[in-house]
Amino acid sequence: MENQVLIETRRLKKYFPVPAGFLHAVDDVNLKINKGETLGIVGESGCGKSTLGRVILRLHEATSGDVLYDGMDINNFSADEMRYMRQNMQIIFQDPYASLNPRMTIGQIIEEPLKLHKIYKSADDRRARVEELMELVGLPMRSYNQYPHEFDGGRRQRVVIARALSINPQFIVCDEPVSALDVSVQAQILNLLMELQKKMGLTYMFISHDLSVVKHISTNIGVMYLGQLIEKAPKNDIFNHPLHPYTIALLSAIPSTNVLQKSKKIILKGEINSPINPKVGCRFATRCPFATEKCTSGNPQFVEAAPDHFVACHRWKEVADGTLKFNM
Amino acid sequence: MENNTVLEVKNLHVHYVTSESAAKAVNGIDFEVKEGESLGLVGETGAGKTTTALAIMQLIPDPPGIIVDGEIYFEGNNVILNTDKENQAMRGNGISMIFQDPMTALNPIMTVGDQLSEVLLTHEKLSKAEAKKRVIDLLEIVGVKSDRYDDYPHQFSGGQKQRVVIAMSLLCNPKLLIADEPTTALDVTIQAQVLEIINNLREKYKMAMILITHDLGVVAETCDKVAIMYAGQIVEAGTVREVYLNPKHPYTRGLFDSIPKLDDDSSELIPIEGAISNAADLPTGCYFHPRCRYCKEICKQQQPPQKGEGHTFMCHFDLFSEEEKEERR
Repeated sequence: MENQVLIETRRLKKYFPVPAGFLHAVDDVNLKINKGETLGIVGESGCGKSTLGRVILRLHEATSGDVLYDGMDINNFSADEMRYMRQNMQIIFQDPYASLNPRMTIGQIIEEPLKLHKIYKSADDRRARVEELMELVGLPMRSYNQYPHEFDGGRRQRVVIARALSINPQFIVCDEPVSALDVSVQAQILNLLMELQKKMGLTYMFISHDLSVVKHISTNIGVMYLGQLIEKAPKNDIFNHPLHPYTIALLSAIPSTNVLQKSKKIILKGEINSPINPKVGCRFATRCPFATEKCTSGNPQFVEAAPDHFVACHRWKEVADGTLKFNM
Repeated sequence: MENNTVLEVKNLHVHYVTSESAAKAVNGIDFEVKEGESLGLVGETGAGKTTTALAIMQLIPDPPGIIVDGEIYFEGNNVILNTDKENQAMRGNGISMIFQDPMTALNPIMTVGDQLSEVLLTHEKLSKAEAKKRVIDLLEIVGVKSDRYDDYPHQFSGGQKQRVVIAMSLLCNPKLLIADEPTTALDVTIQAQVLEIINNLREKYKMAMILITHDLGVVAETCDKVAIMYAGQIVEAGTVREVYLNPKHPYTRGLFDSIPKLDDDSSELIPIEGAISNAADLPTGCYFHPRCRYCKEICKQQQPPQKGEGHTFMCHFDLFSEEEKEERR
């Protein structure tokens, strides 16, 4: 069966004006997300993961480039068209303590999008839908009239998920949805998200800095560094055959719970560059042990190194054939 | 007591008491740390990890915090009986602490150099020039260039700030370092750098360490021993190897089952249902029983005893021993 592309970005850019110039939060990102799949986006803080998610939803207007939803260029949509469009695309935020109105009950919070989008005419229908959603995400009916402050983080995140699902979206950007939760509760929410995806055929873009979580939930993984997508591939290709030196270092730095096999870490030297007015060349070059003259003088292209495996590095061929190896 | 024991905590209880309620944050914990040893203290939010650290440092905010019972011996002295002055001398010199958030642990209106020198000038009889030299030497060791001595904290990145905080905690060569989530606010590649610095320094100065974290991976890579905390109790403790390979408490098992593993794709996550109990309203019997899948009648009524030698755990049953597994089949 041919995979159907739901989300596509073309040369997508988002620059924020700052006193010193322009902060390149998202810089020339090209990606595709197929229907029913999860694209995991990983990267360190400030690399533009969240901004990318928001630009795709048009919560930020792109500086340039296109966002295609099911083939339609949504950057050209009018406000009315966009409002209608938003029924298909939702977002789940990181902090469930900040994303719920403290003065609304759980029932009102989940009902709000149904009212805004005028999906049901009668209050009874809406109530029935809210109850259905609460059951779907595992909230007890008695919480209908409770307030968010009575809930812990895990149950708040369930409310956020129920609200996002209320209008039957197809695409959900999950922006660090489990980062604020303890591991035991984190697993509850991850399982819920995966179960809902299976049940409703949802497409996710899952943003996280936690690589083991991303590996668990994703179909494909994209790695970002300073606003650019530097590698993207099916998850096992990323983990088994990473091609970008940054991806290799990032994967080696994950602390492992395996006490029988101590993994060697690649300790990068130096700090992340500033994303404000970045210079020409590979943005990882300052920390990359393999950087050459070429890396600081020209931008690497995002090329398909193997089927579905994209990488932006001048020396990926040498990484792939094993000529370049990290000293560990 | 063996004389290479740096810290011994016995039956420590800490409550936070307000007019409405008493939150039982720490409920009878025992552990010791030997010279050069590193202990990982692991648990969820509200498990009592940080309160334990603050009790050792004698920094429990009072009111509302009260050390209700127990003893804390640092180098043989019960620090609870110390005067404020004695504690002041102990902190920084004997025990020092790295706080969780490097962004708020530094004074924003003092240069980094001045803040670090102040530590030395308070604790040791040194001239300003000598203090400056020691500070610059240590900054070099943790990887901060000496020309940043006169910079202010806001001019540093998160990783750099955490290095400054580490340098500050090591200035007086403490015997024991308490690191409260030292890398939680950092990115993984920077986390690897910072953990390497801490490990190297620990070896160099033969320092004992208590590492507080919720990340089981970080503990596996930095610690010799581990203590798993739940609702103010240590529910399981032992060497990292023993506890990780053969966890005996259902909570510890639950933690391992709920984290995604990188080398094992197939495994489904098995979450622990429910959430940690409110410290002001702890359940009867075993504190973990409302969330425990193996809960029996006795668990609801009686506190479980501590079992095992070396590798200890608090459970009425030895659920994962071969005989018990047979029985449940």
